[in-house]
Amino acid sequence: MAEFPLRGIAASEGIAIGPAFRFVPGDLTVPSRPAGDATSEWARFEAARRAGEAELKDLRERLARQVGDEEASIFDAHRLMLADPMLEEKIRQRIEGGMGVEQAVSESADDVGRMLESTRDELFAARAADVRDVGRRLVRLLLGRPPDGLAGLTLPAVIVAEDLSPSDTAGLDPQMVLGIATAQGGWTSHSAILARTLGLPAVVALGEGLMQRVSAGDEVVLVGSEGLLLVGPEAETVAAYRRLEAEDRRRRETRRGRAAREARTTDGRRVEVAANVGDLASARAAVDNGADGVGLLRTEFLYLDEKDPPGEAKQIAAYREIFSSLGGRPIIIRTLDIGGDKPPSYLLFPREANPFLGWRAVRVSLDRPDLFRTQLRAILQASVGHDVRVMIPMVTGLEEVRRVRTMLAEAEAELAKEGRPHAGGLAMGIMVETPAAAVLVDILAEAADFFSLGTNDLTQYALAVDRGNASVAAVYQPLHPAVLRLIRTAIEAAHSAGKWIGMCGELAGLPKAVPILLGLGLDEFSMVPSQIPAIKDLISRLDGNAARALADEVLQLPTAGDVERHMESFLTELRAADG
Amino acid sequence: MVEERITVRHEVGLHARPAALFVKTAQGFRSAITVRNLDRPGNPADAKSILAILTLGVGRGHAILVAADGPDERDAVDRLVALVDGNFSEEGPS
Repeated sequence: MAEFPLRGIAASEGIAIGPAFRFVPGDLTVPSRPAGDATSEWARFEAARRAGEAELKDLRERLARQVGDEEASIFDAHRLMLADPMLEEKIRQRIEGGMGVEQAVSESADDVGRMLESTRDELFAARAADVRDVGRRLVRLLLGRPPDGLAGLTLPAVIVAEDLSPSDTAGLDPQMVLGIATAQGGWTSHSAILARTLGLPAVVALGEGLMQRVSAGDEVVLVGSEGLLLVGPEAETVAAYRRLEAEDRRRRETRRGRAAREARTTDGRRVEVAANVGDLASARAAVDNGADGVGLLRTEFLYLDEKDPPGEAKQIAAYREIFSSLGGRPIIIRTLDIGGDKPPSYLLFPREANPFLGWRAVRVSLDRPDLFRTQLRAILQASVGHDVRVMIPMVTGLEEVRRVRTMLAEAEAELAKEGRPHAGGLAMGIMVETPAAAVLVDILAEAADFFSLGTNDLTQYALAVDRGNASVAAVYQPLHPAVLRLIRTAIEAAHSAGKWIGMCGELAGLPKAVPILLGLGLDEFSMVPSQIPAIKDLISRLDGNAARALADEVLQLPTAGDVERHMESFLTELRAADG
Repeated sequence: MVEERITVRHEVGLHARPAALFVKTAQGFRSAITVRNLDRPGNPADAKSILAILTLGVGRGHAILVAADGPDERDAVDRLVALVDGNFSEEGPS
């Protein structure tokens, strides 16, 4: 048989060679039967919905462990759909019209699916697959069938399917999957996202003919970056792709291997390069990209999507899960940083004219000691056995730091009295993100153990510019001399007081800024995980003394434009010097 | 009955997390709340139904009309408009 190429959309890079596993979901044709009375049909619907709710909760937890919280939240969407009043109304009407519940559910889900597809927008139409998945789940439960899925895959294979839903892939063992090929889908479909998260090659949208072309066990070559699937490849083709695959893997391992090493300047100064993390998935990305630690762990993810504030036990579990995934690396956890621009539903936020100058961050925490105490208690308990420091956002003065310190000590004393295991004497530091904090570092050092510069807000407050407002976007200049001078003031004051100072704003991951910050003596650079390998590489090509001279020079420049140009030519020269 | 018009600036429109947040917020009110996509012809949708909201196909730059009728209608419209106005802020300041 001659090899047969199929072309689709390149969804995730990498090359897979191996046998095909055809995944065909079970047949859920609704058998025709006379409908019972509407009341009993409706009762069956409600029972199936409760069972579906339980399954989705369980699936959500499994997928969160597999690929992280962000992707698992798809099942939250499914749960919302399951309880949706519009779907419910359509089902109710059909049942009242004398239809059996299975058919009523199946037709209603299809009905809504078509409505979504008629928006003619890829993003919205993609949700049609979700509502049909919810419909299939209900029908399956009504028919009393067990879930079908890929959990049973026991030999490594390339999965070939019409499409894959999150329900299909939950519980999937990544060791058993060489790659994924689907007939349908797009760059943002579930299979594509899952493959990229797990680092598996994938090609989607291979077309209707896929399932006819591929039989179970056929040898296939899947070339992720080219969007290519070869069915029944010739021996020479397989050999050629095996070589490519080996090279590809080596390249990826070297890139990661280099990032895992510490960053040291050419004159031997060790610099910490850390990650900003906001959930379990980004914590894993931090480790994969060679982070030395976590310079900022945001805790907002626990607060924003909920109807009620998260309880102590829930917080402890969430923090522990993230801490444990970091393999002993030091972690700076930031307490709740919310405000009127993103109010959770349980906090009654007044409508503010200036949410960024309003009730937010530490101000909310100090006004709502009930919420704050729960968070501090959870952090203290989750930190047992981990290297954790606590950081307070949006500080403007010493009273705030003292009050938080008192509350932290009280929380610790309470836990001791209750006999609950907890970490003692955690270091407590503050974000330097208001001009007030930047010029007061020498005074704040009395109550703060360390500092971390938040340059996004610092720029916004120092230059009086809303960074979300497009009409003043040009005024938002993180390399503005005023911002750089505030940074220098803060670093010098922290070091005179013998305190550690890092940075967790965007500037820390900006190649144009890194040499200046290094020259100013910054102790740690914390950034989005994907930026870490590049910044470690940059730091290891810089000389500490040269960076100091550079910083002195740059801090004398009159405008942000001058700083930008100076740094561009500096980086060009650096690249030229290194060949 | 209270109603207000607002433009959705979020890059995904009323979809995914923004849509879920919008619906969750709406569900916290007793008033009947509807949303209409002023940039696409169609009927108003129930703001408490994620599916109804999704079928509106509200993309970036579309204007919507939020209307509430009931005991807490003013609050409901204010909160939903504030949510859209604040662009469902996803990334916190750092």
